[in-house]
Amino acid sequence: MAHDHEVPELLDDIKTPALKPGSMGHLAPYPATEKHMKPLGFPEARVPDWEKRAVEKMGEMLKKYRSLQVYMDICVKCGACTDKCHYFLGTGDPNNMPVQRAELMRSVYRRYFTVGGRMFPGLVKARDFDEETLKQWFTYYHQCSQCRRCSVFCPYGIDTAEISMAAREIMDAIGVGHKYTAEIVNKVHDIGNNLGIPKPALSGTLQFLEDDMLENTGHEIKLPLDQEGAEVLLITPSADFFSEPHIQSLMGYAKVFHQAGISYTISSYASEAANFGMFIGSFEQKKKIAKRVAEQARALKVKRIVVGECGHAWRVAYSFWNTLNGPFDYLDPRYPVPQHICEFTHDLIQKGALTFDKEANDAYVVTMHDSCNVARASRMGSHPGGQFTIPRDLIRATCNHFVDMDEDTIHEKTLCCGGGGGLLTDELMDLRIKGAMPRVTALKRVMDEHKVNFLALICAICKAQFNKILPMYGIPMDTVGGVHQLVSNAIQLGTNKGIV
Amino acid sequence: MLTFLTYAVLVVFVAGFVWKIALYARSPAPLLIPTTPAPVTYIGVKMRLMREVVFFESLFKADKLLWALGYAFHVTMLLVLIRHIRYFFETMPPYFEEYQIIGKLAGFAMVGALTLLMARRILIDRVRHISSIADHLILLLFLGIGGSGLLMDYVLRPDIIAIKRAMTTLWTSPEATLSVTGPGDVLFILHLIMVAVLLLIIPFSKLMHMDGIFFSPSRNQVDNPREKRHINPWNRD
Repeated sequence: MAHDHEVPELLDDIKTPALKPGSMGHLAPYPATEKHMKPLGFPEARVPDWEKRAVEKMGEMLKKYRSLQVYMDICVKCGACTDKCHYFLGTGDPNNMPVQRAELMRSVYRRYFTVGGRMFPGLVKARDFDEETLKQWFTYYHQCSQCRRCSVFCPYGIDTAEISMAAREIMDAIGVGHKYTAEIVNKVHDIGNNLGIPKPALSGTLQFLEDDMLENTGHEIKLPLDQEGAEVLLITPSADFFSEPHIQSLMGYAKVFHQAGISYTISSYASEAANFGMFIGSFEQKKKIAKRVAEQARALKVKRIVVGECGHAWRVAYSFWNTLNGPFDYLDPRYPVPQHICEFTHDLIQKGALTFDKEANDAYVVTMHDSCNVARASRMGSHPGGQFTIPRDLIRATCNHFVDMDEDTIHEKTLCCGGGGGLLTDELMDLRIKGAMPRVTALKRVMDEHKVNFLALICAICKAQFNKILPMYGIPMDTVGGVHQLVSNAIQLGTNKGIV
Repeated sequence: MLTFLTYAVLVVFVAGFVWKIALYARSPAPLLIPTTPAPVTYIGVKMRLMREVVFFESLFKADKLLWALGYAFHVTMLLVLIRHIRYFFETMPPYFEEYQIIGKLAGFAMVGALTLLMARRILIDRVRHISSIADHLILLLFLGIGGSGLLMDYVLRPDIIAIKRAMTTLWTSPEATLSVTGPGDVLFILHLIMVAVLLLIIPFSKLMHMDGIFFSPSRNQVDNPREKRHINPWNRD
């Protein structure tokens, strides 16, 4: 299936394309069916009075979200964002310019909620919420990965992620849902994780990985499941249990816990860090999904929660958990709640609890892809920007060769992998390939100039996306891997064990 | 008449402005969503907003040409507005005489910057694509105000003594009026009408960016979700 897709030619640098109006208008995701919508409390199919209902819902949202109200009003259409979205850079479709994507909603907002739009719709570009508008919403609000790159450059901080989340919630409210995300949210509620792995399968996998590590290292490194009284509850994306290269990082975490002598457990009930409630913009779903974690932390009587390598999960965990299901006053107050696995490992290195054989990674020249939700929607450590320095510190502690990509494509200006925001689904492959183009361009440059052959990152979606997309651009699949994969390779087991 | 119209315009402007501020201030912020890296203290957030408002920090990151034009326009508009203070007060401190030259130069720079912004809106295909008629009209309105101001200064001078008398007395005396004795006076009335239109549309248009920036959650929130629990006002449990 993938080989049918046209892959853009890579240029030396990221160029702003000419406008190609409507070029991505054909690419909408599969709609959700009754089976997925009903259990989430959404209408099973498009409601009869959907035009009216959508406008009412928008009115409700405007009263609930200051972001939406302000962002609908104050855009001056300066154009600063027009060349910032990776999907625009990859496709040239003007509806993928952040301001124009937002205009799809703003034009409806003006029509029903402003004096100018009610009186002079033509003058201010206001339009009715009709079949054509809905079609464009469904198409283009599913061509936004909610990466917030535009919000960095907007003089008012207008965040298209907020707008696309609101649009998806409005569409869900009239029974127009997105199959992939709705299906996954259902799986978390039914089974406990996005992949739908039941406990016996999970426990079998962990057992297998333990045996594998024993064989390879000679050390009894554990991946404990549902162990009451452990010090730490590890919440990681379920892809870490089953997918490559995610699994390599999981073994990295396990080795860190083992070497530090800190007891931990994975939970089968809360076996998912990801929270697709965010992608569909639903506060209630976000809260309900995250609740599993808070409940398990209590039930398993742990003292700390550590979150594995996952971008949007870290945003939800770091920025939202405390609001959604806090306060976490039953956990050890000496540690932040939650803590990122990179912060956790970093602290242990500071304390001298871990030692590394950097030569184990000498085959690699490493670069770092900052994942959007980590970079622009969260923090690590106590200082702003710790989300950039801490993972890089880990890479430098475990590798001899590290080089950064172009500064306009890293840190807060990082480019999305092209698969975030609930778009990691096969029917959107064409968009994913084109959306990855800017990132791959920057990567290819350091590959050519510095012989880079390892793209380190800390996001399950980025890993899955690159794993599939990089080969299409002629870059080997195993170029991509987690930061804790490098930790796993270099960590010295059995020496200087423990933090005391 | 002049007194009545002036107050009517100001009432709409102030009421609209206050209504919008109240709307933004009252609408809830359910979650912490600052665009990171973000300040971790309240003082830091004040500094961040100050840098946005005083230096257009984010715009500078985005587009240097647009930043230069936009910045030039906003700063020169401020300088021109300051120059206008003298039309509203009977006596001015003597040093204000020295300011006139700055105000006049700013007037030219402002119209120049506006012209280039307008050209940009028309010439760059991406920016033309996103522009509505209203976006062009607002620029034209500013150009009209600035252009008529320059014309009055250098080409068609109105009776500035009479205008100043009207501007200082209209607040208390309903008899205050504007006399038309030459083309300059007509130009002034046009200038005044355009300013009135501008004030009337500010609360109902994108020009509300001037106060909206202070309410933008991605810019005005402290990045401290782990340290201090943020409460969603409509979901408190």
